[in-house]
Amino acid sequence: MYFLGLVIILYLFLFCLNFKNAYNSLKASGDILVKLIPVLFLVVFLMGLLNYFLKPKAISKYLGKGSGARGWVLSVLAGIFSHGPIYVWYPLLKDLRKQGMRQGLAAVFLYNRAIKIPLLPVMIYYFGIAFTVILLVFTVIASLVEGRIIEMLEG
Amino acid sequence: MNKIKQKDDKVQKNIGIIFYKSFKSFCASLPVLIGVVLLLGLFRVNVSAQLISSIFRGDFFRDVLVGSVIGSISAGNPITSYIIGAELLKEGVSLFAVTAFIVAWVTVGIIQFPAEAAILGKQFALKRNLISFILAIFVSLGTVTLLMVAR
Repeated sequence: MYFLGLVIILYLFLFCLNFKNAYNSLKASGDILVKLIPVLFLVVFLMGLLNYFLKPKAISKYLGKGSGARGWVLSVLAGIFSHGPIYVWYPLLKDLRKQGMRQGLAAVFLYNRAIKIPLLPVMIYYFGIAFTVILLVFTVIASLVEGRIIEMLEG
Repeated sequence: MNKIKQKDDKVQKNIGIIFYKSFKSFCASLPVLIGVVLLLGLFRVNVSAQLISSIFRGDFFRDVLVGSVIGSISAGNPITSYIIGAELLKEGVSLFAVTAFIVAWVTVGIIQFPAEAAILGKQFALKRNLISFILAIFVSLGTVTLLMVAR
């Protein structure tokens, strides 16, 4: 709540300094929020589904300690196929972690969100297919490295 | 028949309760998410491609680091990073720096950091973002080097 309060104070300050800029920023935020609504519903729906169908034992089996390679693969794929901005997925990950998901796998999921399948044609258009393929491979490798490092730091 | 109906009613009630709890759990994160969206609005209006472009100076190592830093503090649709990246390339910025920029754009989130720290924990958010920042540089070096070798 403090963070939102600080941002609101920042906007009030900006409204005093440069009304037009602050107004345009607020409008841009409104546009972002409107586009977010369907994704938010999707995430809440997925959270409900996961909580209904997946019991902590299952989450622990597939994403917890001892989940092995299966956990890594699932996290990579889930990250790649997840939709919308990164921050809408934080509450879902929090729920999963409460039920036993490893921290490293949460990191792998978040990193693989860098791969956006619908945007690949755009990346290919600007940078070429060779660049895109190589970058995708390095992104997946980097995500696994990050997940591993986070688990090692966790102890 | 009555037992089946009672079981159905119980299942429906359970589903309803679970979805309501999920909704409540998500709503707890809404204030911080709204704060992030408000910051994104500020970013969108005040940070232009020209402003980003002006920060690169032609020094290889500095530009790769700068690319990773600028990508880290930027946010929004990744398409924007591709467009800005393509413009940077046209202006002579190295592909290493541009790659670090577009990778950091999606993997590091300074603007989203308050939300990530509040919801997933400060330690996790700090570690993840710091490692992602460093990895953006390595991914850039690896990708472009392999691309040059392949050509």
